[in-house]
Amino acid sequence: MLLLLKYTLLYAVVLMLVALGGMFSERSGVINIALEGIMAIGGLAGILVLVLCGDTLSPAALVILSIFASAAAGMLYSLLLGFSAITLKADQTIGGTALNMLATAAAVVIVKAFNNSASGGNGSASSKLTYSNTPFIFTAGPLTYNIFLIIGIVLLIAAYVFLYKTKYGLRLRACGEHPQAADSVGINVYKWRYTGVMISGFLGGIGGLAYIVPSVSTWNFEVGVTGFGFLALAVMIFGQWKPFRIAGAAVFFAVFKSLANIADATFLSNLHLSKNIYDMMPFIASMVILAFTSKNSQAPKAEGIPYDKGAR
Amino acid sequence: MDNSTKKNKKIDISSGILSVLASLICIIIGLLVGLVILYCINSENALDGFSRILKGGFYLKPKGIGTVLAQTAPLIMTGLSVAFAFKTGLFNIGAAGQYTLGALGALYFALVLKMPWFVCLLAAMLFGALWGAIPGIFKAYFNVNEVITAIMFNWIGLYAVNEIIYKGVIGDMYDMKTTKTYTLRSTSPSSMIPDMGLNNLFKTKSTTIAIFIAIIIAIVVYIVINKTTFGYELKACGHNKEAARYAGINDKKNIVLSMTIAGALSGIGAGLYYLSGVAEWNPQVSTALPAMGFNGIPVALLALSNPIGVIFAALFVSHITVGGGYLPTKYFQPEIADVIIAVIIYLCAFVMLFKGMVLEAIANKKKKKDAQTQTSDMGKGAAE
Repeated sequence: MLLLLKYTLLYAVVLMLVALGGMFSERSGVINIALEGIMAIGGLAGILVLVLCGDTLSPAALVILSIFASAAAGMLYSLLLGFSAITLKADQTIGGTALNMLATAAAVVIVKAFNNSASGGNGSASSKLTYSNTPFIFTAGPLTYNIFLIIGIVLLIAAYVFLYKTKYGLRLRACGEHPQAADSVGINVYKWRYTGVMISGFLGGIGGLAYIVPSVSTWNFEVGVTGFGFLALAVMIFGQWKPFRIAGAAVFFAVFKSLANIADATFLSNLHLSKNIYDMMPFIASMVILAFTSKNSQAPKAEGIPYDKGAR
Repeated sequence: MDNSTKKNKKIDISSGILSVLASLICIIIGLLVGLVILYCINSENALDGFSRILKGGFYLKPKGIGTVLAQTAPLIMTGLSVAFAFKTGLFNIGAAGQYTLGALGALYFALVLKMPWFVCLLAAMLFGALWGAIPGIFKAYFNVNEVITAIMFNWIGLYAVNEIIYKGVIGDMYDMKTTKTYTLRSTSPSSMIPDMGLNNLFKTKSTTIAIFIAIIIAIVVYIVINKTTFGYELKACGHNKEAARYAGINDKKNIVLSMTIAGALSGIGAGLYYLSGVAEWNPQVSTALPAMGFNGIPVALLALSNPIGVIFAALFVSHITVGGGYLPTKYFQPEIADVIIAVIIYLCAFVMLFKGMVLEAIANKKKKKDAQTQTSDMGKGAAE
């Protein structure tokens, strides 16, 4: 049971962070299907910091620097989405899909090139990176936690306060509900949509690092982040684009995701289900829930529609 | 009246030229980005690497050309799948999952039931169609965006197929020695798509008539979309669901049908690939979705969803993918070709908009001329 709790917390934080990222983007009116790619790029940037500076920096500096690198990389990468979706008014789904494909391919190229130069160029570079994750993990009571749990809770509260208690949050939400109305009272819709997308890049980038680093110490970048970004999108929809509901939804999905990790050690092993079945579960659960919740969806009204000042 | 139809035709032609130009711009910028990446990784060998990507299959004649053709056939199918869905207003990101299920169908009928190749191909089609229908049903009856459903079912399909093949749930397909499915050549030669001497011509093992089957299907899809009432109804739903419903078209049925057909096309793609014996399914390594499914998206976008254009776009994409495979791994990574393709789709997303702007400018010019002669405010209303 403790094991289940441990993995549930681990995955719930990741899903929550990334889904909050999606929420900010969609609340400002931009569908961010590129979360999967943003996670991969953010995770890669953070891990490269771990690999490069692992021996020289103190653990605390290492943690801060790698998280900063992930967030920065995620924000930079999300700018690509903003540029196509906001400035050029391109189809947001297609642009996001392109960025997902680009992220995986670019990550593999970068990691292979990195390994290739590290090994002196013998041509047999792998797409894996190995790093130490001990600075991120601490123990309290019977459980081991990772630093992202604290960061996640802080960011959740910050997201809520920003979105509902400040005028900036109101402006951002207005751009996703009725951009023409927002523009008519002097809100710069383009600027706020960029802000939304970049916040989603920030959270998605940290989410990528939070997904990869605490659980394993070797990552193969060929698989991206194994569909976790898409799962976060389902969490966001199930959470009805609201911060605390998203947190709840994230915990729910994380339980399903954790079953695979604890299957061998607990009573579940008697069922003799294989890893593939467990891997399927969060996706099946999300489909069942989406089928029941999408009829009365509270999606931002203007999401997915590029804002055109001249349109009536 | 006669005059205006003539003018419309003129715009159609210039629109066609602009489309080709727009796609070419995407390709050229994408390739340039690739060149920059090659320079960043290894400047000395960048030009050599770039020329290998550009030469593609021609770098290693005649085997390379055969490889390109073998890769193109399934790519045409997944491209058609995405393009068909685009034409009916849907984004089929689920081609990868439908392709995975199609692979299961083809391999099950070939390796376990040992059926002749065309039966296996039909099975692949049915399995893919089933997986395509699901996002359609969710969209039509539960109001779930087809993109989300398709992505979820991509992963569900991948894990399910791996489980079924690895554990042998419905029959023995998994070869412990190679950690892949059994080869068709040794297990069931009659399930192989015939090659009609193409393998001898290109000195390859898996260049079959699959490429011709794919081209024929592309032409059929073109006719269905553009020349039949059925295709017109599907397109009408894509343009405006409410208007289509008002005109007496069953929009829910059409959404499900469109996705089913798109799924069937992807399924055939997998059939063409695995029944040609290009590769075997590897349930251990296949933890990522098959790239063939996702590459259908750039193909459809490059072709502007035109089924005939899909043939050429697929040829191009497999050309540079094969070219990427010929990069010397000592200096470069074959995935650079994937980066180029991803950049091209990213560009496609908005280069088409420039095309739209140019066309609008032409149309506006024409409207102004008309307005001068007709002195009506029709032009203003239609321009919106």
